[in-house]
Amino acid sequence: MAPQQRKPHVCRNPDLIRGVGKYSRSKMYHKRGLWAIKAKNGGAFPKHEKKVADAAPAVKPPKFYPADDVKKPLVNKRKARPTKLRASITPGTVLIILAGRFKGKRVVFLKQLTSGLLLVTGPFKINGVPLRRVNQSYVIATSTKVDISGVDAQKFDDKYFGKKVEKKKTKSEGEFFEAEKEEKNTLPQDKKDDQKSVDAALIKSIEAVPDLKSYLGARFSLKAGMKPHELVF
Amino acid sequence: MVKGREGERIRLYTRGTVLGYKRSKSNQYPNTSLVQIEGVNTKEEVAWYAGKKMAYIYKAKVKKNGSHYRCIWGKVTRPHGNTGIVRAKFKSNLPPKSMGARVRVFMYPSNI
Repeated sequence: MAPQQRKPHVCRNPDLIRGVGKYSRSKMYHKRGLWAIKAKNGGAFPKHEKKVADAAPAVKPPKFYPADDVKKPLVNKRKARPTKLRASITPGTVLIILAGRFKGKRVVFLKQLTSGLLLVTGPFKINGVPLRRVNQSYVIATSTKVDISGVDAQKFDDKYFGKKVEKKKTKSEGEFFEAEKEEKNTLPQDKKDDQKSVDAALIKSIEAVPDLKSYLGARFSLKAGMKPHELVF
Repeated sequence: MVKGREGERIRLYTRGTVLGYKRSKSNQYPNTSLVQIEGVNTKEEVAWYAGKKMAYIYKAKVKKNGSHYRCIWGKVTRPHGNTGIVRAKFKSNLPPKSMGARVRVFMYPSNI
């Protein structure tokens, strides 16, 4: 029988009312058995030797005291965390985007990024939505789930979606006007390849389910007589 | 702006009507407007709409930001009474001509 396994002790001095115990000081002394501990120790309560603390290193008085008191800012122990994910949103859930360029589109949820935004993909071939970040508040989670086990979303993080930093070129007069005409609207090829690789596994699992492909291709819209507060998604 | 498919009208908002300002018999308080949301008839149904964004959209002669259409954003704050009317606060108070006019009640920020 390990000595650590003890039943939690019931309170020795139950409250009659909050702040008033049933037993007096002298009764409690007897109940706690302090008389027995003292007897075992030869009349006095056992004491531990006080640990000698190392003498603090001598601090020289500062040369300069500011004229007015300097206020110290309060301690802030908050940690930045990604927004709490709603229970209805799990990897593979079909989401409806409510605002923005792709409003109404039904889209597959991949994972939540460290910034709290949701990583989402159309798939691109089905409804034209690329790998994209979306805020949780602008999304309705449906109960439809897609099997996402073949998809590797490890490499995507917020930096992948950040704006590309352009290097500044030389500023000679002649080149000034010509350089501005360059339009960098084309997507780099590696992003297109990432999209294809993520979608390949997804599309396979989508085609396995009847009608799911056309469901994802169709957009959601409120029709006459539809009341959002009564809809079950 | 790129327009995807033209002609496919998606409505992701509920229609609402501006009824007027919050008021008592002889005083009105224009910082809060009263809005009637279509299809909402009880105080309990309003709970779904609390906090949802709304937009009052109107037209003007002068183009601003490339468009004749302008918008005042606001949100649903709380129910008003027992029969589904809603109080709403807008970024700037609604103009009096909005009384009886259409307001769009969006489904975001969503909680489903």
